[in-house]
Amino acid sequence: MTKNIMIVGVGGQGSLLASKLLGHLLLTEGYDVKVSEVHGMSQRGGSVVTYVRFGEKVYSPIIDKGQADFIVSFEKLEAARYIEYLKEGGRIVVNTQEIDPMPVIIGAATYPEDLIGKMKTLGIQVDAMDCLALAEEAGSSKAVNIVLLGRLSRYFDFPVEKWQQAIRDCVPSKFLDLNLEAFRLGRESE
Amino acid sequence: MKQLMLGNKAFARGLYEAGCSLVSSYPGTPSTEVTEEAAKYDEIYCEWAPNEKVAMEVAFGASLAGRRSFCGMKHVGLNVAADPLYTCSYTGVNAGMVICVADDAGMHSSQNEQDSRHHAIAAKVPMLDPSDSEEALEFARKAYELSEEYDTPVIIKMCTRVAHSQSIVETGERVMPEPKPYVKDIAKYVMMPGNAIRRHPVVEERTRRLAALAEDCSFNRVEMGDSSIGIITSSTSYQYAREVFGDQASILKLGMVNPLPRKLILDFAARVDKLVVIEELDPIIENHCRQLGLEVTGKDVLPVEGEFSQNLIAEKLGLDSAPYKKLGEALPGRPPVMCAGCPHRGLFYTLNRNKCTVLGDIGCYTLGAVAPLSAIEMTLCMGASVSAVHGFNKALGEESESKTVAVIGDSTFMHSGMTGLANIAYNQSKSTVIILDNSITGMTGHQQNPTTGYNIKGDPAGKIDLESLCRSMGFNRVAVVDPYDLAQCDKVLKEELAADEASVIISRRPCALLKYVKHNPPLKVASDKCVGCKSCMRLGCPAIAMKDGKAAVDQTLCVGCGVCQQLCRFDALQSQEVE
Repeated sequence: MTKNIMIVGVGGQGSLLASKLLGHLLLTEGYDVKVSEVHGMSQRGGSVVTYVRFGEKVYSPIIDKGQADFIVSFEKLEAARYIEYLKEGGRIVVNTQEIDPMPVIIGAATYPEDLIGKMKTLGIQVDAMDCLALAEEAGSSKAVNIVLLGRLSRYFDFPVEKWQQAIRDCVPSKFLDLNLEAFRLGRESE
Repeated sequence: MKQLMLGNKAFARGLYEAGCSLVSSYPGTPSTEVTEEAAKYDEIYCEWAPNEKVAMEVAFGASLAGRRSFCGMKHVGLNVAADPLYTCSYTGVNAGMVICVADDAGMHSSQNEQDSRHHAIAAKVPMLDPSDSEEALEFARKAYELSEEYDTPVIIKMCTRVAHSQSIVETGERVMPEPKPYVKDIAKYVMMPGNAIRRHPVVEERTRRLAALAEDCSFNRVEMGDSSIGIITSSTSYQYAREVFGDQASILKLGMVNPLPRKLILDFAARVDKLVVIEELDPIIENHCRQLGLEVTGKDVLPVEGEFSQNLIAEKLGLDSAPYKKLGEALPGRPPVMCAGCPHRGLFYTLNRNKCTVLGDIGCYTLGAVAPLSAIEMTLCMGASVSAVHGFNKALGEESESKTVAVIGDSTFMHSGMTGLANIAYNQSKSTVIILDNSITGMTGHQQNPTTGYNIKGDPAGKIDLESLCRSMGFNRVAVVDPYDLAQCDKVLKEELAADEASVIISRRPCALLKYVKHNPPLKVASDKCVGCKSCMRLGCPAIAMKDGKAAVDQTLCVGCGVCQQLCRFDALQSQEVE
C-alpha cells in the first residue's frame, strides 16, 4: 500500500532538504519512492508543495485530494490550504509559525484566526508545535525542517538510528550536530 | 547502483553515459537542471549560451565536427531555436545530437503551455517522451543511437512532473563512441535551394523508416490487463493512468510520440472493448487514432488546459476518488513575491510613483506586475519589452515617449533584448530602456550569463560591458543607478524620460540571494516613532507587516537594504549596528 506524505510551506523555508532526507531514508529501507518538487517562479515566497510517496510500487509522482497520510507543514496557513489533500484518518504535523502572505501584508485580507482549532473541529488529528523556537534552541532558525522531520518520525516504525543516518548522509558535516539536535528536539518535545 | 534521482539529473546521467562531449543550453524552468547536472561531469564541455537558438547551433556545430552533443531548453525556448531545428532536420547530423525540450503544463513557471510535440511533427524529427527518471536516463542514452542510425537530431520531451520528480534509477558506465571524422559534404550541409530540394525527400523517407521503427521498438510497449478498456498514453499521464486503473485496464504506453505507430495502435484497439487516449495538452495521439478510423474517448472528456492528476482522470472517466474534508472558508492566497532586499523593488516603486507605462519581460521582475507595486503592464516573451516599447512609442508619439519604459533583466537582455535595442538605435524612437542588472539569471536559480564574468562552472569568463555595448550601438545617454537609492532612481528616470533622444538606464545591484552579497542586520521599528502611516507598506516587502497599527519587521527575512527607511518620514525604521 502506497503511503503519501505532503510537505508544504512557504518558498525558501527548506522543504527541499526535508524531502531529500525522507527520500534517502525510504530508499535505503527498500521502498519504491517518488518525490515531486516545485522549482522556479513559485519558490519566490509563494506557497510550495513537495510530494513524497513510497510503497512496493509507486506510479504517480503527485498526491491528490483525499490521499495524504501526512501533511507536514512549515506554516499554519499552508497546512490549512492543503487540508483537502488529507486522507480520512490522516494526520497534520504543523509548525505554528505564522508568515503573512502578501494579500495580508497589503491589507487586502486578514490572517485567519484559530486555524488549528478549526482543523481539530473537523476531526482531524493535528500535531502542532512551535518548531521555530525548537530550531533556535538547536542553534539555527533554518533547522525548522529537521525539527518537523523529528516530529514526523514519531509516527513511523523506523528505528531512530536510521533517521540519524539519513541526516548524516544528507547534511554538510559542519551542520551535523545542530541538525541531530534539531531532530531530537522535534522528536522528543511534548 | 540504485539511486533516487531527479528526472533532469537522470537525463544528464544518460548524456554522460552515452559519451556526450558538448552541452550548450539556455536555462528555463523546468529544463535547467539537465545542463546544471551535466556540468558536474568534467568529461563533458558545458556552457550557457546567450539564447536557445545559439545553443542549438553550437550543439549542431559539435555534431557536425563528429562529437555527440546536446542542447536543453524549455518549451518556449524551442520557439527561439525553431529556425536551426527545422533545417538541421534536413542536413541531419554527423555525430548524434539530442535536444531536450521541457513542457510546463499547468504553467508552474511559464507564460503559456504550448505542446512541443507540434514542433517535432512540423520539423519532422523523432521525439521521445519519458515517463520517469529511469526512462529519462535510458531515453537520453538511446537517443544518440537513434540520432546516428537515422541521421537526425532527436528531441526528448520532458514535462514538469518528469523533470522535477525523483524516482529510482540504476546508473551505468560512460561508454565513448568512436569519434566520427568530419567530412566535407556540401550537398548535405549547405542548405541552399539546390541542395535543400534534394534533402527534403531524404527527410520524408527517414520519417517513413522511423514510423516503421515505431511499430516495434523498445520505446513503445503494450501492458495487457483487463481488456474492457484500452488506454493509449505517454509521459506522466501513463503514471496517472496506472495509478487509477492498476491492471483493470490495458495500456499502450508510447515512449516515442513522433512519428506515431499505426499497426501497433490498430492491433491494440482490436484487443480491447473501448479505447481511451490520455494525454496532457493537445489531442495529438487522439487525432492520429481518429485518422486511423478508430473511435476514441479523449478530449471530449479530458481537458486541453492544465496538468492532469490521478483524481482528474478518475473523475473525468467516471470513477470514484477518495473523499476529503473541507475547511469551509476562503483562505488568503500566497502568490510568489519579490524577495526581501530584491534590488528590483526600489526601481519598480520609482516607476509606480512616476505613473510610468511599463512594458515588461521574462524573469523574477515580472513580479513587478503584482500588487502593491502593480507597475508592469505587459509581458509577452523574452526580449519583447524592448521591441514593443519602440512600437508603442512609434504608435503614440511624444506623449508616450515621456512616460513609457521597457524593463528587462541582464540575462534576458543578452538573450534577445539586444536586437530590439538595435532597432531603437536604427529606427530612432526616443524610447527609454531600463536594464535590471542583478548580475545573474535569477528566476531559474542563479545561472551565469555573458554579463556576469563567470561561466557555468563558476570560473572566470568573458564579460560583456553593458554600458559600452549600448554606447557602441549609438546610445548617447546611458545612465547607471543603484535601485536601493530611491532619490537617485527618481532623478535619473525623470531626466531620461524628458530627454530628446533614446536612452538606457542600467539599474545595477546583485540579486539579494547571491551568496557573496553581504547583508546588513535587520531593521528595528521604533514603535514610539511609528505612526502607522503605512508608507513603508507601499513597497510590498514580505519582511514588513502591520501589527497592532504599527509597522513590524520580520527579523528572519529583513536583509537591511534600507529602501523602506527612505519612505519613512518619522525615522521609525532604524538600522542596527553590525555585531
